[in-house]
Amino acid sequence: MMFFSKLVTYIPSLLKGLGITLELTLLSAIIGFFAAIFLVVGVLYGNRFFKILCNFIITIIRGTPMMVQLFLIYFGLPGINIKLSPLTAAVIAFIINSSAYQAEYLKGGFMAISKEQIEAAYSIGLNKWDAIRLIVFPQAFRFAIPALSNEIVYLIQYTSVAYTIGLPELFYISKNFASKTYMNLEIYLFIGIIYLIFIYIITKLTDIVEKKLYIPGFDTSHLK
Amino acid sequence: MSEINSNLFFLFKNMPLLLNATLTAILLTFASIFIGMAIGIIITFLRIYGSKITKKIVFAYEWVLKGTPPLIVIFIFYFGLGKYLNLGPFLSAALALGLRSSAYQAQIYRGAVLSITSEQTEAGLSLGLSRAKTFMIIIIPQALRLSLPGFTNEFTIVLKDTPLAYAVGLVEILKAGRDILNQPLTQSITGSDITGTLNPFAIFLVCALLYFLLFEVFSYLLHFLSKKYEIPGFVTDKETK
Repeated sequence: MMFFSKLVTYIPSLLKGLGITLELTLLSAIIGFFAAIFLVVGVLYGNRFFKILCNFIITIIRGTPMMVQLFLIYFGLPGINIKLSPLTAAVIAFIINSSAYQAEYLKGGFMAISKEQIEAAYSIGLNKWDAIRLIVFPQAFRFAIPALSNEIVYLIQYTSVAYTIGLPELFYISKNFASKTYMNLEIYLFIGIIYLIFIYIITKLTDIVEKKLYIPGFDTSHLK
Repeated sequence: MSEINSNLFFLFKNMPLLLNATLTAILLTFASIFIGMAIGIIITFLRIYGSKITKKIVFAYEWVLKGTPPLIVIFIFYFGLGKYLNLGPFLSAALALGLRSSAYQAQIYRGAVLSITSEQTEAGLSLGLSRAKTFMIIIIPQALRLSLPGFTNEFTIVLKDTPLAYAVGLVEILKAGRDILNQPLTQSITGSDITGTLNPFAIFLVCALLYFLLFEVFSYLLHFLSKKYEIPGFVTDKETK
């Protein structure tokens, strides 16, 4: 009970930390999504140069740990005279990281759309980009929603890594609490539960979106 | 030019530190994967053959471990349990990443086990083997081979999680990078005519490159194993029905 009486005084800063965690998660998920569209269109429909470039970016980002990318941006960039605040550095790092993973999930969605649909689009007079924008993308997005919602769950978990560059998000605040009160086990279990609650809420929300946007009678037989 | 020289010089001088750190990262990955595999197989068995309550408990276990940030699990082992038992940074990280991986590995193995025809289990039972023995001797050897592609993915995810151990002071690649940066400059330059400042960008780029090399090497090896251990002519449960 000692724990909760001490926790009460920390509630305002914990809430602030939670705000930063959610802000970081949402910003990276949303901006990362738009960046991912560029990457995946580059990989699938770009000319040779863009294909190689986008594939290279995705491979490099997915082949290195998130934390290394964060360190390179926050601690590394000052070495070439670019100084960023912890929040900016974290947002940039998470956007870059998430865009590569989201591109991979979207790619799965794009590849699930049968070639006949694109041919049908051409035959009614759409050009390549209109066919992608109006026919392929809306379906590919809906197809990729389960994977994309997983990405949000990953993001909310891995934003805790941003404490290493001094960003006062939820985990940073709980670490502060632990070093002041020495109640390590209690606070980390408590914070773990807080993360679980938010992940539960997010999963429920994305489940609803998934059901709403489910493509009825979507034919994936050509994938097998 | 002198700046590039000094950076190369520092890297060369700190090669042993970086190589040791790389070895630590590899060992941590293997330790976590093996812990995850052992627990993951037990979890798979319980999830498929357990009683209703066992299934629920196992489901909760998987859900909690997949939902908690790995950093928090590491901190619970290192700082949270530090009062009661001193695990040290390596073991804390290995246990934390291993438990998290067990939940993901169980998911991979379950898919594989469910794709093996139930006739095989029946045949095992009819030979007088117990359920657990049938599972361990007949089902798991095939399931492991089937789940190699998913396992490859999980292996690289654990590899990319190892820098989290930086937070509890384990000298893996990222910590080594920071340690190199924190060395007093005068000390590292003594005895040479190289002057200049250490560029953090260069150091972390090298760290990233080391991780990327590990990632590529292990992906390649495991893909090779997946191909080699494919079960020829394997018929899944769904196809027979």
